[in-house]
Amino acid sequence: MAGPDRDRLSWYEASARQRLDALLDPGSFTEALGPEERRMSPHLPLFDLPRAFDDGIVVGTGQLNGKPVYIAAQEGRFMGGAFGEVHGGKLVGLLRAAVEGKPAAVLILLDTGGVRLQEANAGETAIAETMRAIAEVRAAGVPVVGLIGGRAGCFGGGGLIAGTCSRLAVSEGGRISVSGPEVIETNKGAEEFDSKDRALVWRTMGGKHRRLIGGADAFCDDTVSSFRTAALTLIADAPAFDLATLDAEQARLRKRIERFGECRDGTEVWAKLGVNDPDAVPAMDTRVFDETVARVEEAVHDAR
Amino acid sequence: MTLAEILASLFPEGHAVTVADGLISGEGPFERGRLRVIGVDGDTPLGVEGALDLAGHVLDAVRAGDQAPILVAVDSDSQRMSRRDELLGLNECLAHLAKALLLADRRGHPTVGLLYGHSAAGAFIATALATRVLAALPGADPSVMDLPSVARVTKLPLDKLQEMAKSTPVFAPGLDNMLATGAVHAVLDPHKPLAPQIRDLIAALPERDERDRLGQERGGRPVAQAVAESVAQAVAGRVRGG
Repeated sequence: MAGPDRDRLSWYEASARQRLDALLDPGSFTEALGPEERRMSPHLPLFDLPRAFDDGIVVGTGQLNGKPVYIAAQEGRFMGGAFGEVHGGKLVGLLRAAVEGKPAAVLILLDTGGVRLQEANAGETAIAETMRAIAEVRAAGVPVVGLIGGRAGCFGGGGLIAGTCSRLAVSEGGRISVSGPEVIETNKGAEEFDSKDRALVWRTMGGKHRRLIGGADAFCDDTVSSFRTAALTLIADAPAFDLATLDAEQARLRKRIERFGECRDGTEVWAKLGVNDPDAVPAMDTRVFDETVARVEEAVHDAR
Repeated sequence: MTLAEILASLFPEGHAVTVADGLISGEGPFERGRLRVIGVDGDTPLGVEGALDLAGHVLDAVRAGDQAPILVAVDSDSQRMSRRDELLGLNECLAHLAKALLLADRRGHPTVGLLYGHSAAGAFIATALATRVLAALPGADPSVMDLPSVARVTKLPLDKLQEMAKSTPVFAPGLDNMLATGAVHAVLDPHKPLAPQIRDLIAALPERDERDRLGQERGGRPVAQAVAESVAQAVAGRVRGG
């Protein structure tokens, strides 16, 4: 292939376009409303901020192992991948099209701090529209798979979108939460959350913690090929969007709070999950970590 | 209006709606059936337990299969901001609540939001914004983030932001601005009985998600609908073209 080697391309370091090009079958991607159309934010000039021709998200269609997929990739390096009006409209349009178009899957490469504050009301509403559209796509029988391992993580409303997807793949660098570390620290103080303690951030909202408790369904190396393999597996194994699934999710999340509600730290949760050496988890490579996950009952479920 | 006033206006014959730890649940007689009510009262932050409690009520309603309407009454804080909530997967719990409401809607339960106080951020998305149609009462105060916090993040002086907020609904907190973006469908009249107003909203439920169209019409979100349609048409045309 002419593009970057997907086995070596770091998901964390790559741009949204690099991820997407290397993830899909070579040359199969066709963008919708691409940068040449210059649909930029109408609001950022008010704040004297630079704009991007694609408003920080790339959307379109392509093929994954020969199957048609719709795909969106957020660019975490532009405004932290946050949802503005145009950015959100592109994702919503793609999802709405999937209800009729019925691709084999919709892939969302989440890399976002949440709502873009300069366009806060538009971003917040777009997140709500995105979640409604994901529910409709899933109900139409199309899996929606989120892939999370970028610089900006997956915070705020992005975390809620992640929880709405059929399946999630995450890497070590991927973080999923609603309130980010800085937000908690700003509002509740450094005693509640020291945002500079990177190890604490990972133990609380990092990829391994999310995978162990069942908050994500696959753990990936930081390569595009690892995410590609995970996406293919997850597409083939996506839960339906129905009462049985949500009943099961209700039971799963209730049980989690009952079992781990008193825990102060990720390592305490992992110990209760039966991980032999919780302190060793952060340093585990993917193979050893996957073996650990395989012994944890909570990590495998159809309840999302 | 207070929650008690709202409930009295909705259910003149009485009701069985209660509030515990800031969470609203229950039902009352409505039209020829019943109206279920869930929600958050008293500017309460929504954490993992609260989200699951509310979702449980919604799933019970779906299981009952009576297609009774569900009112989501909201006067909340933002999501509960804590290390524990995030450790336990608050994103999953809030998304689960939103999904329960979206499922109820799909299964024939009209879902109506009623914003009568504050709401913000993740709590707003998981409750009021996950309904088919969101109404508000005068005095409601939705926000994504308050202006002093926006000033801190954007590094713009607060007085400049306050000046900008007067002409630009897209970033500033407040009911008028959320109405302009299309997130809030309508503002109800607190001086008239609420039951008929809610009934009328249910009778005219939008078939599709109309929030971006409303935002375009009202000028609060000038381009979102056109952007979404451009993308959808481009993608659909491609599929048709093979």
